[in-house]
Amino acid sequence: MPELARQTLATPALMSRLLTALWPVLVVLGMVIVVWYGAAVALNAPQVIERFARDKVPYTKAQLIDRTWSMKRPLLPAPHQVGADMFHTIFEEPVNSPQSLLYHTGVTSVTTLTGFVLGALLGVFLAVLIVHFRTLERGVLPWIIASQAVPILAIAPIVIVIFGNLGFSGLAPKAFISMYLCFFPVTVAMVQGLRSAGLFERELLRTYAATQQQAFWRLRLPASLPFLMPSLRVGISAGLVGAIVAELPTGAQAGLGARLLAGSYYGNTAQIWSALLMAAALGLALNGVMAALESYVLRPWRTVAR
Amino acid sequence: MMPPLFKTFCAVVLCLVGASLLVPAAVMADKPVMWSQSGWSLLGLAAIAGAALVGVFSVGTSIGFALLFAALGLAGAVAPLVLLAGDVAVAPESYGFWSVACALALLACAGISKLASVETDRAWPRHAIPLLLGAWAVIFWQVGVQAFEVPRVLLPAPALIARTLFEKWDVLLDDFNVTVLHSALVGYGLGCGGGFLLGLLIDRSLFLQRGLLPVCALASSVPLVGIAPIMVMWFGFEWHSKAAVVALMTFFPMLVSTFAGLAATGRMELDLMRSYAAGHVRTLLSLRLPTALPFLFNGLKVASTLALIGAIVAEFFGSPTVGMGFRISAEAARMNMGLVWATIVVAALAGTVAYALVAWAERAATFWHPSQRL
Repeated sequence: MPELARQTLATPALMSRLLTALWPVLVVLGMVIVVWYGAAVALNAPQVIERFARDKVPYTKAQLIDRTWSMKRPLLPAPHQVGADMFHTIFEEPVNSPQSLLYHTGVTSVTTLTGFVLGALLGVFLAVLIVHFRTLERGVLPWIIASQAVPILAIAPIVIVIFGNLGFSGLAPKAFISMYLCFFPVTVAMVQGLRSAGLFERELLRTYAATQQQAFWRLRLPASLPFLMPSLRVGISAGLVGAIVAELPTGAQAGLGARLLAGSYYGNTAQIWSALLMAAALGLALNGVMAALESYVLRPWRTVAR
Repeated sequence: MMPPLFKTFCAVVLCLVGASLLVPAAVMADKPVMWSQSGWSLLGLAAIAGAALVGVFSVGTSIGFALLFAALGLAGAVAPLVLLAGDVAVAPESYGFWSVACALALLACAGISKLASVETDRAWPRHAIPLLLGAWAVIFWQVGVQAFEVPRVLLPAPALIARTLFEKWDVLLDDFNVTVLHSALVGYGLGCGGGFLLGLLIDRSLFLQRGLLPVCALASSVPLVGIAPIMVMWFGFEWHSKAAVVALMTFFPMLVSTFAGLAATGRMELDLMRSYAAGHVRTLLSLRLPTALPFLFNGLKVASTLALIGAIVAEFFGSPTVGMGFRISAEAARMNMGLVWATIVVAALAGTVAYALVAWAERAATFWHPSQRL
């Protein structure tokens, strides 16, 4: 009963807290939309004015602005144009047609998720090896850390060529690129995490006569979770970028990267923007899922902190 | 446990090298070639045997011994490298070659783990381990590519990459100039400068900060590189559009770092400044910016990596006929892998040097900070 009372009391407070947190974000996003409309006028106006001048038609300011927001191939499409394009390509095209944005989003998501799962597993496996063998720790770990300063994404075209020569095309090379972008942050964080178990805890297990294996499963692996989970979020974002970039050199057939490239070939700016917004939404969704998983997995730590 | 295993390794190496002298090492025009036909190869084999002997009769675990062992092993790599530099092929029945390759692999593992097991307070042996591993990786890459005759498209040999670096340095320099010194550097300056200035400007508006921080968090999970085709449309095919992509990519991490840095000042220090009657600007210059420096440099480091990635990947979306990203994608399509790998080497070096420069500036500017006093 007191539990229930506290909940009902907490609800309005929670609502107002949510509102104070959300309100500034909404204002900033509103400002972005306003700036966007303004920029659309500024960027598209020269073309529209030229058109008016060619047709020798007098025009008012309102007409000019209206035209800049409704051009067929604008330099910057207005938000409502992008919205219309997204609505059309999401809801009005059949899902399995190459015209559908959902189809391309699906292709990119499958690549990202495959690469992410493989990359996370590889990263964790490598971290376990590094923690257990000092030779690897002192020899390999410095290279993995140093490689974070190197633009490894530049290898993507090579991976495509190598896989193509070995007879693989489609998902495999793209997932591979996504994988190797994922695994670096996961390895580095997991090594830290596996080492994070304190001296007291380790000695306690020692007094219980726990074997090294038992210590690993009961202490070091759970202790590494607060390090692993945030790195998985970083990894899945990197994997998405990898998947999108991997779709560029494959001849632009399917996926959000291909959609971006096709849009820029044909000057279809609304298509570029809707692909970009979709990529952003996919990034947010993947990140959100990982964040939810993180807060679920890390519940025990939160309780301790409270 | 460890010394007997190590000594067994060394004994096996000794046997392998001895046996390899009796059997053919390679094939030249259908005739078998022996190791003893080349002076350099014999010298290499002698080095391997020397390393193995040192290992078998060793007692110490000193750093000097580990280094001698590793160096003799590395010198032994001369044997297969010199042999393969000639006009010879390695056949499956060239047992001499394979036994020396096995001996070298054992020596490499033993040498690295020996060096890694040395306990010392000095820092440089720690750096020697990854360098030794890297050297062995390059050697086996070279030997493996030549022995198995891997097609150049799949994996060019390091020697070929080095030769391309040397021969095509003018092309690579032009690409470097456009991509690193123009796209990445200008974009980095604009993005980091913009992020820092905006962070300073809205420092006093808690409302705007609360609104912008989640937006920055969103931006970090969004593939911003995808904006490249739009920037090409706005700023043209030249490097300006790539600089715009880089500016956008580096802007958000820098803004977040500036926020975090400016918020890091302690209550006590702020009160002290207040008691001195210091104004907003004075407090900013004397207290809050110096406190923020570690955060700012962290942002600058993250951004330096992002800048190079952005500049290269933006060129994949369309570029003039110069630039590192263009070179990689165009030459990969033409199967000219030597130049592709050479460009990647340049990119890796540029990334490392850029990161090192920022780290050096950080040490110079925040020498007083606890994290620098190791």
